[in-house]
Amino acid sequence: MSRLQVWTRDLAMGARFAFGGGREGWIRTLLTGVGVGLGVALLLISTAIPGALTARYERGDARSTMHSDTADAPGPDTLLIARIGQTYHHKDIEGHVVRAEGPNAPLPPGLKKIPGPGEMALSPALDELLKSSEGALLRERLDARVSEVVGDPGLVGPGELLFYLGSDTLRKNGPEDYRVERVTGFGYEADRENLDPVLMLMVVLTFVALLMPVAVFIATAVRFGGDRRDRRLAALRLVGADSRMVRRIAAGEALAGSLVGLLLGTGFFAVGRSLVGSVSLRQRSVFPADLDPAPWLAVLVALAVPAAAVAVTLFALRGVVIEPLGVVRTARPSRRRIWWRLLLPLVGLGLLVPLDGRGNSHGRFNQWQVSAGVVLLLVGITVLLPWLLERFVGKMSGGPVSWQLAVRRLQVNTGSAARLVNGIAVAVAGAIALQMLFAGVEGDYTESTGQDPGRAAVAVMVNRESDAPMDELAQRIAAVQGVTRAVPLTSAQAAHRMPAEEDTVQVTVGTCDALGEVATLDSCEEGDAFVLTGPSSTGFYGGTAKPGDELFVGNVRRYEFETTDSPAPVKWQVPAGARTVPAREDPTGQLRSGLLVTPSAAPKELGDFPDARIFVQVDESGPDALDRARNAVFKTDPFVTAMTLRDSTQAAGFSSIRTGLFFGAAAVLVLIGASLFVSQLEQLRERRRLLSSLVAFGTKRSTLSLSVLWQTAVPIVLGLVLAAFVGTALGAVLMGMAAQPVRIDWPSVLGMTGVGAGVVAAVTLLSLPPLLRLMRPDGLRTE
Amino acid sequence: MSIGHTLLGLLEAGPRHGYDLKRAFDEKFGHDRPLAYGQVYSTMSRLLKNGLVEVEGIEAGGGPDRKRYSITDAGITDVEAWLSQPEKPEPYLHSTLYTKVVLALLTGRRADELLDTQRAEHLRLMRILTQRKRKGDIADQLICDHALFHLEADLRWLELTAARLDQLAREVRR
Amino acid sequence: MMTPAGSLLVATDLRKAYGTTNALDGAEFSIHAGEVVAVMGPSGSGKSTLLHCLAGIVPPDSGSISYAGRELTALSDAERSALRRTEFGFVFQFGQLVPELTCVENVALPLRLTGVRRKEAERTALHWMEQLQVEDLGAKRPGEISGGQGQRVAVARALVTGPRVIFADEPTGALDSLNGELVMQLLTEAARSANAAVVLVTHETRVAAYSDREIVVRDGKSRDMERIV
Repeated sequence: MSRLQVWTRDLAMGARFAFGGGREGWIRTLLTGVGVGLGVALLLISTAIPGALTARYERGDARSTMHSDTADAPGPDTLLIARIGQTYHHKDIEGHVVRAEGPNAPLPPGLKKIPGPGEMALSPALDELLKSSEGALLRERLDARVSEVVGDPGLVGPGELLFYLGSDTLRKNGPEDYRVERVTGFGYEADRENLDPVLMLMVVLTFVALLMPVAVFIATAVRFGGDRRDRRLAALRLVGADSRMVRRIAAGEALAGSLVGLLLGTGFFAVGRSLVGSVSLRQRSVFPADLDPAPWLAVLVALAVPAAAVAVTLFALRGVVIEPLGVVRTARPSRRRIWWRLLLPLVGLGLLVPLDGRGNSHGRFNQWQVSAGVVLLLVGITVLLPWLLERFVGKMSGGPVSWQLAVRRLQVNTGSAARLVNGIAVAVAGAIALQMLFAGVEGDYTESTGQDPGRAAVAVMVNRESDAPMDELAQRIAAVQGVTRAVPLTSAQAAHRMPAEEDTVQVTVGTCDALGEVATLDSCEEGDAFVLTGPSSTGFYGGTAKPGDELFVGNVRRYEFETTDSPAPVKWQVPAGARTVPAREDPTGQLRSGLLVTPSAAPKELGDFPDARIFVQVDESGPDALDRARNAVFKTDPFVTAMTLRDSTQAAGFSSIRTGLFFGAAAVLVLIGASLFVSQLEQLRERRRLLSSLVAFGTKRSTLSLSVLWQTAVPIVLGLVLAAFVGTALGAVLMGMAAQPVRIDWPSVLGMTGVGAGVVAAVTLLSLPPLLRLMRPDGLRTE
Repeated sequence: MSIGHTLLGLLEAGPRHGYDLKRAFDEKFGHDRPLAYGQVYSTMSRLLKNGLVEVEGIEAGGGPDRKRYSITDAGITDVEAWLSQPEKPEPYLHSTLYTKVVLALLTGRRADELLDTQRAEHLRLMRILTQRKRKGDIADQLICDHALFHLEADLRWLELTAARLDQLAREVRR
Repeated sequence: MMTPAGSLLVATDLRKAYGTTNALDGAEFSIHAGEVVAVMGPSGSGKSTLLHCLAGIVPPDSGSISYAGRELTALSDAERSALRRTEFGFVFQFGQLVPELTCVENVALPLRLTGVRRKEAERTALHWMEQLQVEDLGAKRPGEISGGQGQRVAVARALVTGPRVIFADEPTGALDSLNGELVMQLLTEAARSANAAVVLVTHETRVAAYSDREIVVRDGKSRDMERIV
């Protein structure tokens, strides 16, 4: 028989054992299948994510007008389009006003026709929101007739909130009217830039950190119930199989389990994929159709998993001698050596350290170098842990009985304990490193805004082009139910000479009540004027003036706006009685400088103010007040921006990525916990008689339960310590690479190790009922 | 093995002619060694002389073997004593024990008691031998072990018989 | 009441059912201090169940077990465990030694459970291992010694706390006759010298011959063979 035939025959026999081993054999194969299946599903999802993101970007690009072809004058093929993004119930809604200027105006993706005046096209999710009771207030804002629902090609995700509002009044006021674009087409050929190096680092790391433990887990899962299997192999030896044959048969059994796992994994993936469409995380959603693994990656998974199953089995049986009368583990395998174990992480570190600082100033990382470095560091954990565990428990003696039982058990078989914990350790280390990196990078993006939502919930920014008279808008907002106060403030630039140099003076105009928002006024009457003190920022509005000064007010830097038709600056004298008052931060956190003037003392015939804002305070008890105020603003002028004030802002997505990462790592840990639990059960069942006899001579149940706890806890605690150490080191190196100051993110270190500890506790708790059952004297019955 | 006790036991089930007695004996216990008629005759004479049996009647026109015997009260007591007395454990005991068990079943006595009694007697001897073995030299040990293994075999037979008493009772009473 | 005067452990009218099968159906038992009593009977007769009840491992459904004047059936599980730790010793057929612990640690285990310090417990353990002629196996693990040696280690463990009753359930069941005899000889000698009673469940008569008295269990009923003769 050829080699191939021999292998095929033995593997097939193993597979038959996997399915034909009675109920227990089935259960074991199924467990392996579920374990491998979960891993495979994770692998498939990971391989599909890049594709899904690309698909999102592509559709986003296809409807973008940012780099589209534009026209200077109306034509048969031009479309006017302006963004009017909305916020409703803290959700962001992407919105555009469109006006076709000719019969051949370009059609936005996903639309069949351009909505006419009084019409709008909606995304399915927005349509649903508007139809629901939750969208009642939004219906008042978006009250146009729905002409159609935007098709999938026009959406980046199934949960996206998007509308195109038709208009016949939209116009473009000259080329510098940046709000409105006149386009002749949508989309652009994206010249994909290279991924930001730091972002690339994160992506690579995320994949490595999440996939490594999955690989470790699969390796563990194919050996579920290994001890029992080994004993059956001994029986095969008795009837004449040679030792190489039984190894192949064992590999066949694992192979069968992994094939079941592949099937289940594909199933899990399909189920997860169909569910993904209905899930929206922080307003981000993915079309199931986009979640397609790259074919070559899927093939790779399909080939690698069974191959890994066979390899792991053969590797695991390396130290096992299967004799016809039983399984002998080579009693004392040669002591584990440290040097090559240290070599791996050191080489990994050596690959990463030279990249230090490359994240800055448009540096580039070699992807392979980064991946190899990270993989070596993480694999370093899996080889260091057995050595560490052996050293740690090797010398230990003493302590209470429960401790002694656990430690001795670990001494006899450090390998299998370490194997189980390896997955946890790698997952935790990777997650810690990633969390550190994210936390560090996030520091750049999260900043205190200085805004004070207590003083105003919304700042309505009215810009130059707005059609609505300021006071009218303020009155309308004030009239909205739930709005307690609407404070309008306008400001203009002034200068001592024309054209103005750097030190222009900011002149803020408002009622005494409104001025109180930006300065501390002891008294104020209509007709008063004030000069602001306090730390003044430099730049545009850095200058100030003394009472009695002659100023030009208005478009004092006119040369910058040669083409605008705004009126010329007017001359104005700072009132002589202007008092000096300290400035105070306005609700948006801005500290003003320059002059404060009540309306009757203000310069006349200014035309529109370059900057006007209305601070809106709402009644906290009515959550809808905010949206009613926004409705009023939108009705007056859709272009006016209503900015919700927050204490701090965070770059969108970062916190959700961190949350996702945390839960991903936690899920991996739970998965590994499940396999720990299964092997724990196996082990307990095997020791049934022993447990019963220990109970017979009076061993307390608590002693045995504690020993089970120690047995799980000791390797895991060691693994977690090692993981925290390696993870922090890796995180520090990565932060160095991203040119971030190294800072240990204790919450994530504690969080991840906490989850690891939780897994130990859960496994122990779950093992207790079967343990207590096994400790019953029934185990002593021989009859 | 006591032929006298056996014949007495057979009579306890009901009066019989001498020839019937021989036939019953051969059928149940004789196996490959049938009882000589002369032996039956002489045994019955001895029992008659000792008052353990009596002649119930002689059939007309008959020969010397036409006497019909029945058991006396003294005879019943004698059988009783014999059955409840454990045999001295010795080789080839089974034929005696077997006879006793069958007779006990035939006469409605408790065969399991009989077996237990014998078992206790065997074990008593085994204990003595075990004691002797513990204190003795290697020769003693080997001799004792020989006896112990034989006794153990007997005991196993006793156990097995005890477990099959019901089956045997059905067979015997048929 | 047929309680013999001076008995250490007396059980009357024990009943215990597992599901629908009556493992014990009115069994009686008694043993004096220092006495060796063999419990015999066919498989499934309930002899192991009798031992488990007597040792307080399994509570009987009904009946009374009195040990040194204390009613075992009235004790809580924790109290019975404590009693087993201090007053009783156990030897089973197999699978009773903790495979990861060395032999001396295995023998010392019951002492450690009662709170004796490790050093002292192992010293006492070695003393008993000498009695059982296995003192040179101290550093080995159960997987590295023979079955007969393992049983002797187990006997040493049963004796290490100085128990007043040793319960031995088929202690020679997995051994050949030579090793079986050796174990029985050492067990009974050690028990006698320690004045410990031995409840010996066995199906081998040659093993039972090491006893002073024999009780046969059939169909859940016990029979004291001593009273027959």
